[in-house]
Amino acid sequence: MQTAKAWRDPAWNVRLTLFLLFLVVLLPTGYVAEFNPAILFDKNSLRTSGQFLATFLPPAHSTEFLTLAAAATWKTVAIATVGIFFALLIALPSSLIANQALSISTIGRDRLCTWCQLLRYAIRWWLIALRSIPELVWALLFVRAVGLGDTAGVMAIALTYGGMLGKVFIEIFESSEPEATRALLRNGAGRLQAFFYGTLPACLPELVSYTVYRWECAIRASVIMGFVGAGGLGQQMELSMRMLAGAEVFSFLAIFVALVWVADLVSRELRRVLD
Amino acid sequence: MTIALNNLTVRLGRDADARVAIDNLSLTFEGGTQVAIIGPSGAGKTTLLHTLACAHEPASGTLTIDSKNPWTLTDTERHRLRGRAFLAPQMPPLPPRQRVVTAVLAGRLPQQTTWQALRSLVYPLDAPAARRALTQFKLEDKLTLRCDRLSGGERQRVGLARMLLSNAPVLLLDEPVSALDPVLGAAALKTVQDEATARGATLIVSLHDVNLARSRFPRLIGIREGRVHFDLARETVTDALLAELYGAELTLAASDLTLPDASDALPKMTRCY
Repeated sequence: MQTAKAWRDPAWNVRLTLFLLFLVVLLPTGYVAEFNPAILFDKNSLRTSGQFLATFLPPAHSTEFLTLAAAATWKTVAIATVGIFFALLIALPSSLIANQALSISTIGRDRLCTWCQLLRYAIRWWLIALRSIPELVWALLFVRAVGLGDTAGVMAIALTYGGMLGKVFIEIFESSEPEATRALLRNGAGRLQAFFYGTLPACLPELVSYTVYRWECAIRASVIMGFVGAGGLGQQMELSMRMLAGAEVFSFLAIFVALVWVADLVSRELRRVLD
Repeated sequence: MTIALNNLTVRLGRDADARVAIDNLSLTFEGGTQVAIIGPSGAGKTTLLHTLACAHEPASGTLTIDSKNPWTLTDTERHRLRGRAFLAPQMPPLPPRQRVVTAVLAGRLPQQTTWQALRSLVYPLDAPAARRALTQFKLEDKLTLRCDRLSGGERQRVGLARMLLSNAPVLLLDEPVSALDPVLGAAALKTVQDEATARGATLIVSLHDVNLARSRFPRLIGIREGRVHFDLARETVTDALLAELYGAELTLAASDLTLPDASDALPKMTRCY
């Protein structure tokens, strides 16, 4: 008979192994990345950051500055929004084509035609290619191609985020219950009809909340791209940084937080309305 | 539309050793006839209905619909043929957030262009038709309710209301009244049969309720282990045959399987097989 002492949790070995593996992987990567927290508390670093931080308060709030900041904020939001719109134009058709549940040729037989299979692979690779290049790199390329300005930012967001949205949309469709869609197809509905009447009602809240989250990311990305000349808040912030205008930097940081907070609100409200 | 099965075998899966659900079946359904398919659970009734709807490719043998074999047609032609048969699953899979009106109007999809289907999502194109269909099943007050607010029986009737919106000349219903009480079930079945008669459609219904099948359908097909056990006019289906169909383990009191006198009378509280 097993006593309480002799009993061992069978999951223990797995947990221990995973923990050791985690350490084995993490420590060398930390070493390679030259992560050294001590440098933060170096006397010189502390003094420099202290001086810069001291200029943060009070935040910049002159009318002139606020007008400038509002225009830049509006521009950043516009770049992100238009970028996401075009990203959707890439992601939705791609994920529709790649969606196995909408296949008509597989009703009643489980083999997929070679060409359809190849097309689906091609779509997946196209999405990988789009998102494997960071938006900042796309922005630099487009700044070369179309010059400084907002177009470069929009294009960069459209391409990278198109790839990301497409990938996640495919996964959302795949993880949703296909029966409603399949039942419509079995009754002779077309692919798009089955999508709009079977798949979309089941997936819409998830699609929307992920898209809004990506919109939030796009706002951050467009800030970063502003640093390389793609317009918006980033450009203004870079100027302030260069002039060591701490008060202005602090105001911009506050604006970033406010933007993400708004995005969060929008997402929550949309989900509430859709559910 | 005449549908014929000739030595048809259907396997559940692609492998040669996949389970045989339909075993060498030969049957003919003339256009406009009404047939009930009965048999024990797992006999192959659902697979048979799916096969008739071109939703399951046979492993061998042929299915012919109006002298055409759908599986030798192109994907597009076969899919057009699917629009001519309405297959109602036992529990219609309805998206939880979809409104009942949309779920019912989805029965029109094969007749609609994609553009019309999209417009109908923006604003229902023919809500009165959906309401009329729901009224036939006493669900008119559920028109704008979300599908996940429906009970099992309501859900099943929404599936039948969707069928009324289709114009398919072949209606294939899988246990259409399994979630309904006997009175409501009989009324729903009558609505379905009247609709089939009105549009001259072929009606093929699988049923667990033997009494209902015997009282309502002129032709009964008993299926057991994927084979036809009997295919007879209702008058010639005997209690002994039924007992045989459902297997020896079932000991029937003869009184449990009596045929109601009037064919359109509501069945007595029925026994489930």
